[in-house]
Amino acid sequence: MTPERRLHVVSGKGGTGKTTVAAALALALAEEGRRTLLVEVEGRQGIAQLFETQALPYEERRIAIGPGGGEVYALAIDTEKALLDYLQMFYKLGGAGRALRRIGAIDFATTIAPGLRDVLLTGKVCEATRRRGPDGGFVYDAVVMDAPPTGRVTRFLGVNDEVADLAKVGPIHHQAQAVMRVLKSAETAVHLVTLLEEMPVQETADGVAELRAAELPVGTVVVNMVRPPVEGPAAPAGVDRRELAAALRSAGLRAPTRLVDPLLDEGAAHAERRSLEAAQRAELAALGLPVRELPLLADGADLAGLYRLARRLREHAW
Amino acid sequence: MTEPRQGRERADVDPAVAEVPSLAIDPLLDRPETRIVVCCGSGGVGKTTTAAALGLRAAERGRRVVVLTIDPARRLAQSMGLAELDNVPRRVPDVDGSAGGELFAMMLDMKRTFDETVEEHADPERARAILENPFYQSLSTGFAGTQEYMAMEKLGQLVARDEWDLIVVDTPPSRSALDFLDAPQRLGSFLDGRFIRVLMGPAKAGGRAGRKVMDLGLAGLSRFTGTIDRVVGAGLVRDVQNFVAALDTMFGGFRTRADATYRLLQAPGTAFLVVAAPERDALREAAYFVERLAADRMPLAGLVLNRVHTSGAPGLSAERALAAAETLEAKNLAPQGMADDPTGQTETERTTAQESPSPGDSGRERPPGRRSPETHSSTGSYPTDAEAADHKTTDGGHDSGGQHGIPIPREDIGHEGTGHDEGATPVTADLLAAALLRVHAEHMRQLARENRTRARFTALHPEVPVVEVAALPGDVHDLDGLRTIGAALGDSAP
Repeated sequence: MTPERRLHVVSGKGGTGKTTVAAALALALAEEGRRTLLVEVEGRQGIAQLFETQALPYEERRIAIGPGGGEVYALAIDTEKALLDYLQMFYKLGGAGRALRRIGAIDFATTIAPGLRDVLLTGKVCEATRRRGPDGGFVYDAVVMDAPPTGRVTRFLGVNDEVADLAKVGPIHHQAQAVMRVLKSAETAVHLVTLLEEMPVQETADGVAELRAAELPVGTVVVNMVRPPVEGPAAPAGVDRRELAAALRSAGLRAPTRLVDPLLDEGAAHAERRSLEAAQRAELAALGLPVRELPLLADGADLAGLYRLARRLREHAW
Repeated sequence: MTEPRQGRERADVDPAVAEVPSLAIDPLLDRPETRIVVCCGSGGVGKTTTAAALGLRAAERGRRVVVLTIDPARRLAQSMGLAELDNVPRRVPDVDGSAGGELFAMMLDMKRTFDETVEEHADPERARAILENPFYQSLSTGFAGTQEYMAMEKLGQLVARDEWDLIVVDTPPSRSALDFLDAPQRLGSFLDGRFIRVLMGPAKAGGRAGRKVMDLGLAGLSRFTGTIDRVVGAGLVRDVQNFVAALDTMFGGFRTRADATYRLLQAPGTAFLVVAAPERDALREAAYFVERLAADRMPLAGLVLNRVHTSGAPGLSAERALAAAETLEAKNLAPQGMADDPTGQTETERTTAQESPSPGDSGRERPPGRRSPETHSSTGSYPTDAEAADHKTTDGGHDSGGQHGIPIPREDIGHEGTGHDEGATPVTADLLAAALLRVHAEHMRQLARENRTRARFTALHPEVPVVEVAALPGDVHDLDGLRTIGAALGDSAP
């Protein structure tokens, strides 16, 4: 029995809906009596938009109850505050932290040396994952991170390896090593969100290879926004357009002959899309990872849709 | 396949959307004054493909174009006939040069660009010191943010070379994509910052900055750098100090160039195109971008809306199509006494009642649910239904929630006068019509969703001209694919 996965990193190509999937996963994992934390690291306030609440402050606050009855907390990390926090926590800098800000050191850290931002974000997430309450148990049963896109996620997660090389001694070195130990452990899984389209699938395959090369644990491939295939009979080798028009007429449609071409065009495009999707499914299957599919939400990712996705995700082990 | 631009007069188009001015791409590309086109937008909206298609179209209309891509998919490079893109503009073969144009393409290589900048602007000894500095090596190989600086730097270099009369730029897929514009300013505030001088030690910081730090209540610089040492480790501070000292002489140049590029982007010769897809997040980012460009006084040409779905039968609503499909299905099930069950609840029963398996097909590919199996002649390449069922792709709440596709052989339809093949058993026209109507209904729902999303953007920014590009079933694989998109972009005159 492998240890329970407690840190779920959700990444995906831009436009695949990774924030939505991360939120749905945090809901799904919040079973009765459990507590999950959903962390946003890119400062877009996408979580607040999804949950239809005001912008999240930099604090962990309860945002929802999962379909299983557990609590979901959310945190939008503010890099500058995280840095001051971090300095305070590890070095008890007090007023010196404010001084650092005044002379521009914080600007330096969060913009010019943006690698440090990644250090802070991964550090904060690992801290939340490892945090224990007064009873000695973990404060959060699971932490779900809405991570940077696939093209950047390996570097993002691996930043502490680089830091450990740069800062060869001292507390930052040790902190960086500790974070990497968590990220590379069996407690962590990196899930990649994709669509059934060529470029996102290609990027997913590349991402999986990069993560594996960096010894980061790859979890599940989530295929998002899967459109329901339309049920229907197989077509014959040819179509009799007059018969088709007659059928449309018999169903009470007006000007059926003018509908024949557009309908056949749409049918052909549908069939082509389906066969492209089949090819993409095969590519994903070849990755040797669990693949889960989520349906396209007809009304967009609103709160009701989010819960529907969460119920779907609950059907699987994560 | 739906032709681009077809069916523009959609029945359910929001009136506000219908009145949006259209963006004329060809005049923009043809005007000699247009020197830079910047494509921006959130990730996953086809930004890079749009940039490449614009570049190709401009080149084939007679301009000498270079396309600067940031992080292209390998297939995009291949679609331009290049094995891969690198930091040097490569001439794209097989571009129609009859109008006197040419197309070059390149991909931003952050590290190479950074290295070249250092080599160009520092004396050899100093350049070597910088290039070998561990802090520099980390900074230059792509910590988030470096890409934006280097994109600006590279754009400045391309302009300075004056070899092209049009530069098409794809922007980095940043968190906000706005970092591209922030780069000069951030560089500026960094250079103005006292931190740099403090880092560089008392000797350099001296005077005002040194006193300021004292004034802040720290015992002195030694205490301050001591703190930093404690936090990041002494080795790193030394590396950073050396790096900053080595770069010192170059900073002025960096900043001057970044400022110049920023001003160039504001000039009339630049046109910003915001690229989006008719999806909520993408259009929200697009709206934000429009506002940001206005705030920075950057010249916005308009919105490129990719992946727009259109229908040749816009007058047939989803509801009407579904009702007709049900009528047809019920009619065909009636003889078997199944008319009360048009939604397929007892499919196994129906299969046995209606049909016998066709000898040529393997049972594995055809679970009990498929209707009229004796007629399907070309499902070999089709996703197996068993697979689809395993994936549980269908949404329980969806009206058309079946497990099967509608495998219409592409080559056999869409031609006038196609009759039955000899020997093929005809499918009942009713069931085919019903399936097509269901596809249409799904399609119309998608159109309605897209229109709702667009209406929101239009309400915020009714003045922004828009050009639509119809959704294509697959990705672009070659120059012809880019040409198709370019044509969709260009032939937008109303």
